Amino acid sequence: MTTADITSADATHAPVPAAALPAGPSGGGPGARLAAAWRTVRRSRRLSAGLALIALFLLTAAVGPLLATDPQGFGTDLSQPPSGAHWLGTTQTGQDVFDQLMVSTRTSLLIGFAAALAATAISVVIGIGGGFLGGWSDEALSLLSNVFLVIPGLPLVIVISSYTKGGSLLATIGVIAFTSWAASARVLRAQTLSLRTRDYVLAARLYGERRWRIVLVEILPNEAAIIVSQFIFAVIFAILTQAGLAFLGLQNPSDLTWGNMLYFAQNADALSGGAWWWFVPPGLCIAVFGAAMSLVSFGLDEVLDPRLRVYRPARRGRAGRQRTAPRRTAPQQQAARRQEADR
Amino acid sequence: MTALDVRDLTVAYPQAHGRPFRAVERLSFSLRAGRTLALVGESGSGKSSVLKALSRLVRPAEGSILLDGREGVRGREYRRAVQMVFQDPFASLNPSHTVDHHLRRPLLATGRARRGAEADEAVAALLRQVNLTPAADVARKRPHELSGGQRQRVAIARALAPEPAVLLADEPVSMLDVSIRLEILNLLDRLKRERDLALLYVTHDLATARHFSSEIMVMYRGEVVERGPSDEVILDPRHPYTRLLAAAAPRTGASREEVREARRVRLESRARRDAERREVVVGEGCRFRPRCPFAMDSCARRPPEVQVAPPPDGDGGTGHRALCWLYADPAAAAGALPAAGPAAAVPPHRAAP
Amino acid sequence: MNAPATAPAGPGSPAGPDGPDGRDVVLRARDVRVEYDGERPTRAVRGVSFELRRGEVLGIAGESGCGKSTLAYAVTRMLKAPARMTGGSLSFRTREGEELDLLALDEEGLRTFRWSRLSLVFQSAMNALNPVTTVGRQFADVFRAHRPDMGPEERDRRARELLEMVGIDADRVRSHPHELSGGMRQRVVIAMALALEPDVVIMDEPTTALDVVVQREILDEVERLRAELGFSVVFITHDLGLLLEISDRLAVMYAGEVVEYAPAEQLAGGAAHPYTQGLLRSFPDLAGERRELRGIPGSPPDLRGDLAGCAFADRCEHAFEPCRTTAPRLLDLGRAAGPWSAACHLHDPAHRPPAGAPARPGAPAPSDVPAPSDVPAPSGTPVPAGTPEPAPAAPGGGPTTEGRQP
Repeated sequence: MTTADITSADATHAPVPAAALPAGPSGGGPGARLAAAWRTVRRSRRLSAGLALIALFLLTAAVGPLLATDPQGFGTDLSQPPSGAHWLGTTQTGQDVFDQLMVSTRTSLLIGFAAALAATAISVVIGIGGGFLGGWSDEALSLLSNVFLVIPGLPLVIVISSYTKGGSLLATIGVIAFTSWAASARVLRAQTLSLRTRDYVLAARLYGERRWRIVLVEILPNEAAIIVSQFIFAVIFAILTQAGLAFLGLQNPSDLTWGNMLYFAQNADALSGGAWWWFVPPGLCIAVFGAAMSLVSFGLDEVLDPRLRVYRPARRGRAGRQRTAPRRTAPQQQAARRQEADR
Repeated sequence: MTALDVRDLTVAYPQAHGRPFRAVERLSFSLRAGRTLALVGESGSGKSSVLKALSRLVRPAEGSILLDGREGVRGREYRRAVQMVFQDPFASLNPSHTVDHHLRRPLLATGRARRGAEADEAVAALLRQVNLTPAADVARKRPHELSGGQRQRVAIARALAPEPAVLLADEPVSMLDVSIRLEILNLLDRLKRERDLALLYVTHDLATARHFSSEIMVMYRGEVVERGPSDEVILDPRHPYTRLLAAAAPRTGASREEVREARRVRLESRARRDAERREVVVGEGCRFRPRCPFAMDSCARRPPEVQVAPPPDGDGGTGHRALCWLYADPAAAAGALPAAGPAAAVPPHRAAP
Repeated sequence: MNAPATAPAGPGSPAGPDGPDGRDVVLRARDVRVEYDGERPTRAVRGVSFELRRGEVLGIAGESGCGKSTLAYAVTRMLKAPARMTGGSLSFRTREGEELDLLALDEEGLRTFRWSRLSLVFQSAMNALNPVTTVGRQFADVFRAHRPDMGPEERDRRARELLEMVGIDADRVRSHPHELSGGMRQRVVIAMALALEPDVVIMDEPTTALDVVVQREILDEVERLRAELGFSVVFITHDLGLLLEISDRLAVMYAGEVVEYAPAEQLAGGAAHPYTQGLLRSFPDLAGERRELRGIPGSPPDLRGDLAGCAFADRCEHAFEPCRTTAPRLLDLGRAAGPWSAACHLHDPAHRPPAGAPARPGAPAPSDVPAPSDVPAPSGTPVPAGTPEPAPAAPGGGPTTEGRQP
């Protein structure tokens, strides 16, 4: 079924009612686009929930540290449970856990996003570059990704981190990015290999489009969905890696992150001492943030791939009956499935 | 005037084991400005490989392609002169970009328009040429907002943007709905005349090949088995394969009795396990030999391309040729070749009224 | 060679639904409606009725999105979400004269019904053979499921017999599907569809993916088997030219509705609905005279929501006032050639078509496809006489969309 027809060089054509055209990015100005994007977000509960949570975290990262009076200051209230004065209690040395959490959120998110950005950039260059160029460059870049894939990641990070002695934030970001790009480079390479033989890429080669333009303008936009999802998981991975490193004491203890908070809590025997207010908040932050990012990723899949969309009224009526469908022999079953997929 | 000359083109693909697979074997033809040449063949005939070689997406193993009589024309000039319309309009447009992008880029990349107002006007003119109006509205749309026919019009406009002299059309309507196929073919035909294009129409459909081209080449397994003026090749096919193809096409004009009779003849002559024999690989000889009802001893050698007998009205020298031993040696042929007519094992088409 | 075509019994057809030999009807669908759920539900099949008689071939022609495949799935009760049948009835009369209401069948009933009474062949069916086991085993599976009393030797014998029947070497029972070409696989699928000697075989574009020659061989084979075994066929394809040859009666679908029912043999000479005429025009005859070739301008309507008036009005060159407002009913044309009905206001005595429109009901059917001269030529240049090459059968300035050239 096509949408309305606009080859109306023919006089018998009725004018197309505007409503018949799908709401696409082609219509209207930036306001309409925003409205369309908003409708898209609203269509998936997962996406809306995930985005809301992430917005909350970003707000905290932006505003929180301004509320934190003195996260590192040692107070006189030692190991206090949550109270009016200290919303999340205090550490063994009297630091305010809430203040620490605010500052940690900013640093952890910074590390997560920056490392993911760097890792994604590397994987885009190496994956798409290799996939498109083919030949020797592809062989070499594939080899490189494969080497990085088979190197056990965490031990390498540990080795590098202990060598840099924790070092600066930038070093942490670099180390994480350096060790986490390979898997998504492989995914992107495979996708690029498939896209480069598409007819529209061949057509661009036929009219003599330059290579870099074909990659950036014809291929890259069609991998945006994959890149975004790779980026989302890279953020989660980076935050978890940093937390892991910090927990092992391989991070500069003067930087406050979720991981460092856990490290200090562990060192102070907060767990056995029952000081739950010290280690639960950072742990929960890591878990909830990871879940929120995953929700966004699944939600985007749902919105972008119409086949994953759920039509609730349809499910109620037929699904139950289909589940108890009779055993059919293989060809007929497969034929039915195929037909469904074709649609 | 000859726009594109193809001489002894051979396309070969390396195989994991054994010799390279020769998808196109010593093919020669020329495309002339303002003319349509139809290349007819079924899947596996090598017609796609011909197109890939002509559009320089693969390098031919042997042979030469001459543009305006010159060999080895450089990339940029060749690209401006030879363009292609792809088979599937759902795959040949980039889903990320607007129609405007699809037309503007080739204009700019081939230097046919300068950025800005000149390109704007050129895009609009292209859209009007393929009857996509109002041009401004269409230009803003993305491929998913267009129907199959509209997409193919955009693809045709894109191919026209570099102002080519040669247009390669790879089954341009086979993925489209029946009712809009003729519209697209008529559009190509009109553009061919208006722009004096040399058009290569690749198809598996004999009927449109006949109606939209002046000459037809029939390919079978990498070789042209018959070629000539389109009416002669279709109405008076000589090569047994062309006859088989023509007999297989539905006849909308035929009466029920004719249809039944044709079916009866086909069923009777049905070579036992024809389907099995089709798969047989032959060495040097005629590639159609395993399926050919007239196969003789000489068919084990490579058949020559020979001028077939002129049509009944005595108008000789039309360039109607077939790659077949039946016509090489009249004595041998007399024994094996059936008289043209309904009694033939593979009935050739009864001539047009 | 078959029973004469009978009344199509569309909802608006005045002809009796059960003709003099009405008991011959094996499959009867009435007012079938199918929707695809969605934000704006797509009404893919909008009230289709048909009758399939024992031993005949009913052709269903239409383009992509006209609902022909959805109809096939509805008739076999194989629709899956988001598609669902929202109305209509389906009845089936077995060889033994038993009347079955298909909508009332439970899963067990459907399981025995499909394949043994009615089987299906799809376009992609040849790719649906199980790649990891032999052809023979797949036949055996069918027999084990539906003919439990059959012994292993008999299963093997029957499988070989069926393969021979469709023109394949019986020793192919030992082959795996990948060892067979596409055409041979499709033959195997047809043999499997016939394995239990069904009354009805529904074929949905069974040969479209195949080469012309192979396609023709398979169709000849189907035709021969049908004459031998006497099953009925519903043949669904976009290839009207093919249907004219192989079917007894033809239903032309457009936008989820049947717009014309006709005896296949006479249809080419006297199509009543402008859409049928347009489709016929779209298939140039291989050996026919060179003539102006035109398709149908525009594209089909959006099926989400209601259509005001005739669904084809926007693309129709004969459209007049009622076409935009009133949906045409399927009316019997009272032609001598046999039951023939069309859903078009041009043939409805209640409306007065403008001068120059084609045949009214009762008028003798035009002897050929309506000549372009019947049609008031819109813009466009006349056919240039004496073009230098023999090729341009189609003048660029044809009176369709190509016509308006700046």
